[in-house]
Amino acid sequence: MSIDELLQAKTSCWMDGSDRNSDVVISSRVRLARNLEGFPFPLALSETRSQEVAQKIKEAIDKAGTKSGDYEFVAMQDITPLERFVLVERHLISPQHVENPVGKGVAIRDDQAVSIMVNEEDHLRIQCLLPGLNLEKAWNTASNADDLLEGELDLAYDEKLGYLTCCPTNTGTGMRASAMVHLPALVMTNQVSKVLGLLPQLGLAVRGLYGEGSQALGNLFQISNQITLGQTETDIITNLSAVTKQIVDKEQETRQVLLREAKEQLEDRVCRAYGTLANARLMPGQEALSLLSDLCLGIDLGIIPRLPANVFTELIVTTSPAHLQYLSGREMSAAIRDIERAKIIRSRMEAQAVD
Amino acid sequence: MYCDECKKNLATVHVTKIINGKKFEGHLCAECAQKDQIKGFENVSFAIPNFLTALFNLTPELEQPVVKDEVTCDNCGLSFEQVTKLGRLGCNECYTKFADKLEPLLRRIQGSGQHLGKVPLRRGGSIRRRKELNDLRTRLQQAVAREEFEQAASIRDQIRQLEQSSQE
Repeated sequence: MSIDELLQAKTSCWMDGSDRNSDVVISSRVRLARNLEGFPFPLALSETRSQEVAQKIKEAIDKAGTKSGDYEFVAMQDITPLERFVLVERHLISPQHVENPVGKGVAIRDDQAVSIMVNEEDHLRIQCLLPGLNLEKAWNTASNADDLLEGELDLAYDEKLGYLTCCPTNTGTGMRASAMVHLPALVMTNQVSKVLGLLPQLGLAVRGLYGEGSQALGNLFQISNQITLGQTETDIITNLSAVTKQIVDKEQETRQVLLREAKEQLEDRVCRAYGTLANARLMPGQEALSLLSDLCLGIDLGIIPRLPANVFTELIVTTSPAHLQYLSGREMSAAIRDIERAKIIRSRMEAQAVD
Repeated sequence: MYCDECKKNLATVHVTKIINGKKFEGHLCAECAQKDQIKGFENVSFAIPNFLTALFNLTPELEQPVVKDEVTCDNCGLSFEQVTKLGRLGCNECYTKFADKLEPLLRRIQGSGQHLGKVPLRRGGSIRRRKELNDLRTRLQQAVAREEFEQAASIRDQIRQLEQSSQE
């Protein structure tokens, strides 16, 4: 599959609602940081040597890749800045990976469930991103990809310290596991900071939709492990899954309380969101996020029965700035994007509104 | 004269700013001037490396060598001072080169200095065997302590088997 086909595919694996086993957990991600032995880490690597590293990894992926599904390797230099941002919005690469494209690359599996960033902060960042609460499967998949690459490459590993990474916050397992959760009811009832505020004490971190430093837009939160040394991967995953399930329960419980105690208000809010999404002519990104969050809650609770649950993630991604411009094939100012976004959302609402 | 910022109140404060060598002048009301003073912090990035830099430097004075020699990693060329500033290491050899300084840091941020997770499949053969042996020995001790001698005997046999196969 070529990079153009990958970029034009309507959805990535994680956006596919059919596999979602939970109303609350949108996606699960596991990423592993790995480095080649002997080569300086990307921050201390010259341009020529970073290209050498990228070439070595590309060859290893070509050899190993065929065994676990087909990968497409793309050098960041070979695609346009807009295409790079499309990959960021799909969560296939990190926002940091877009800066300084020389020597950087990414290999993406056909179904977009696995992506391997080359020369990000570490030589290798192997990531698996799946819909729903699926941390264990994400870990197994990422670990398999890691095994296949390790068959071809000498990785920096120390018996005592584990995998050696650029940042000491990743040393050991090199693993960051995270679950993206949608918590509209906890936010509505002002419980969210109370619930999520406890997580740091359990060695877990909370972030917004777009990772480090980003705000919690659309009532979406990312919960991830902090510690990478002194615990096995399985322990970390089990711990994170258990805590996430607790949060899911709390959110579900609150949704039921809202349905019981404030049914009209809740329905009104959801239906107003639907009305706006189905009719607005100008739709700024932030407003879209919060309305789509209300709509998703309505779909989950059966208030809006006609729409599939994955409309939420699909529209968040396909109406993001880079997607809007890439899919329409032209550059757009923010004002034009608001018009285009409203149009796309409207047609998605209409497509389902058959009685 | 009205305030440049809100264009409502009378300007009472004259502001001169020099940013990156460029001069800006303006007239503000007292309220906007106060807000203006707090502005400019939006761009201050404060990320994990900032904290790491502080933690790298936590090692008490006494432990540091009296003569400040500049230790540099031969493989990537970074000095320990640079590593400290970046909050990042330059290559896998840095871990050996700066081992004594890294150890307390890792304990502080990770709460442990011992990896318990995955061992590489291809290159970790001997490491994995050693790990398995250690696990078995711990289990043997536990079994003996619980006086479960039958189980202990079977674990002991497993250990022998593993030791033999590694000698071959």
